[in-house]
Amino acid sequence: MSVQSWTFIMVATSFALYIGVAIWSRAKSTGDFYVAGGNVSPVVNGLATAAGWMSAASFISMAGLIAFMGRDGSVYLMGWTGGYVLLALLLAPYLRKFGKYTVPDFVGDRYYSQVARVVAVICAIFVSFTYVAGQMRGVGIVFSRFIGVSIETGVVIGMGIVFFYAVLGGMKGITYTQVAQYCVLIFAFLVPAIFISLLLTGNPIPQLGFGSTLSDGSGVYLLDRLDGLGQELGFAAYTDGQKGTLDVLFITAALMVGTAGLPHVIVRFYTVPKVWQARSSAGWALLFIALLYTTAPAVAAFARANLLTTVSNQPYSDVPAWFSNWEATGLIQFDDKNGDGLIQYTGPRSDIPNELTIDRDIMVLANPEIANLPAWVTGLVAAGGLAAALSTAAGLLLVIATSVAHDLFKNSFRSDISEKTELRIARITVGFAVVVSGYLGIHPPGFVGEVVALAFGLAAASFFPAILLGIFTKRMNSYGAVSGMIAGITFTTLYIAYFKFLYPELNSADHWWLGISPEGIGTVGMLLNFAVSGVVAWLTPPPPVEIQRFVEEIRVPRKLA
Amino acid sequence: MTRLSKRGSTKPPGNVGYWKRNLVYLTILLSIWALVSFGFSILLVEPLNRIRWGGFKLGFWFAQQGAMYVFVVLIFVYVRLMNRLDRDYDVDERDDS
Repeated sequence: MSVQSWTFIMVATSFALYIGVAIWSRAKSTGDFYVAGGNVSPVVNGLATAAGWMSAASFISMAGLIAFMGRDGSVYLMGWTGGYVLLALLLAPYLRKFGKYTVPDFVGDRYYSQVARVVAVICAIFVSFTYVAGQMRGVGIVFSRFIGVSIETGVVIGMGIVFFYAVLGGMKGITYTQVAQYCVLIFAFLVPAIFISLLLTGNPIPQLGFGSTLSDGSGVYLLDRLDGLGQELGFAAYTDGQKGTLDVLFITAALMVGTAGLPHVIVRFYTVPKVWQARSSAGWALLFIALLYTTAPAVAAFARANLLTTVSNQPYSDVPAWFSNWEATGLIQFDDKNGDGLIQYTGPRSDIPNELTIDRDIMVLANPEIANLPAWVTGLVAAGGLAAALSTAAGLLLVIATSVAHDLFKNSFRSDISEKTELRIARITVGFAVVVSGYLGIHPPGFVGEVVALAFGLAAASFFPAILLGIFTKRMNSYGAVSGMIAGITFTTLYIAYFKFLYPELNSADHWWLGISPEGIGTVGMLLNFAVSGVVAWLTPPPPVEIQRFVEEIRVPRKLA
Repeated sequence: MTRLSKRGSTKPPGNVGYWKRNLVYLTILLSIWALVSFGFSILLVEPLNRIRWGGFKLGFWFAQQGAMYVFVVLIFVYVRLMNRLDRDYDVDERDDS
């Protein structure tokens, strides 16, 4: 059977599975719709959190990104996992004890302020829309590359699926489809990785193969070979860093804290029944995430080694078939500058001009073909990429719907609406959000890639300090929290807008403040938030006694007498 | 520090001691978290890279593998410590609560 028919079978089977799960787990109340009835088990919640967290970017782009960045790729690996430690230890158990539906709920109640609630709602909606547009685009790209339909058709099919189970099942439907999607995506990521690890190093475990000797009989370690080959071609050694140390530190911290502050991640901890389960489901989530995240750097190194040995300095006339296949999509481009018929792939330190341009997404998508794996593996990778994109999109759409129906409508404007009406508004909002995100997927505004830094920066500079201070200090009042959030958001947005939109030509280490890139500035925004909150709270009266009592209440698992 | 009553006591829960102990756990666990990520993988990566660990340079291994393993272990250690602390201070959730 051809790659295309295998892909079709894999994708169709996985979609049928998601729809079946969605019908089985329909939502009947707002509790079902917002937090899956609040009775999800920790392991199931861990699986759903992991699927919701790992997006098209984690599945398709991250390994390729690391292959080109070498050691600096660790900012993503540590940044997108380390945040779960902060979540588990500092936020999740207390938010579970608080026990309402959303992040703006907590901010609004703890700081007894509609202003605080509305600031939080705006951040939540902005962060989620930024993200979801990228996911829909990912769905379209996978469809167009593997099934041969246009990106637009792909986005519309993806919208249809998400619309179906998000509107019908809410958080309950999303939780159980995410479990299925995790299984599909992890299987799709590990199978090619294991094959390639065996092929290159003879070790079936990619995490170990990564540090093994090559099986070509040379007895040389894979990473040493990569360092050597890269340097010969004028690249930096693979295990060396290129970015400034302070910048790496700040980017890693911003991604960690941003992860802990992202509303679609936090809301998952409201779905378990007890405080201890909120703690342990963060552990399960990170375990399931780490399974992919520790494999990704190995895949990156394997792909890099394959690229340098099979393509570099080879005659263009006898490149392998995958090279020509992907050249047709425009993701590989070869320009024979010196006309010698050989592919010169060289780095910035080489005298020979580079002739090869490679899109980073290829590293995962073309992996099965590079390693000569059977056609069904390629089909599986397509289904995995779709699972990653759809599961993340669904979680984000739900945050948007909850923010509008619950935080804005019910808690800010009309507290008298019935549960039935609230549920209807939530469903209509999901439907509306699916359509808007689909539109953004088909007509992506040029800034989608750029604003992802902003999404993390904003989460780091707004929610994380506000929630943390709300739990760990009784003295923090609404004046402090609101001015801290506004200071953090304003600073972070201005810094990123300055370098990304106003003066993109200045966006280099020479012009950055202290060498901190826009990706890492969220950390400074967070520190600023802490500082402003502290000073303002110190100058203004303490919060009312019932709020201090509220803080004592959320600090212990059992209801106080 | 004195441990308060085991389950079944009618005394109010010792929230102050419970919270202090929680903060001690957090400080220790988050110090390890910062040490393996910001310490070993970023600030100390060059000196650690002089140490080989099989095919890995140690600093590189921490940055792309080790730190993530430690993160997972830290959360499960925290879960165990806190479950025990909840029981010791008699503030754990009962099935009926």
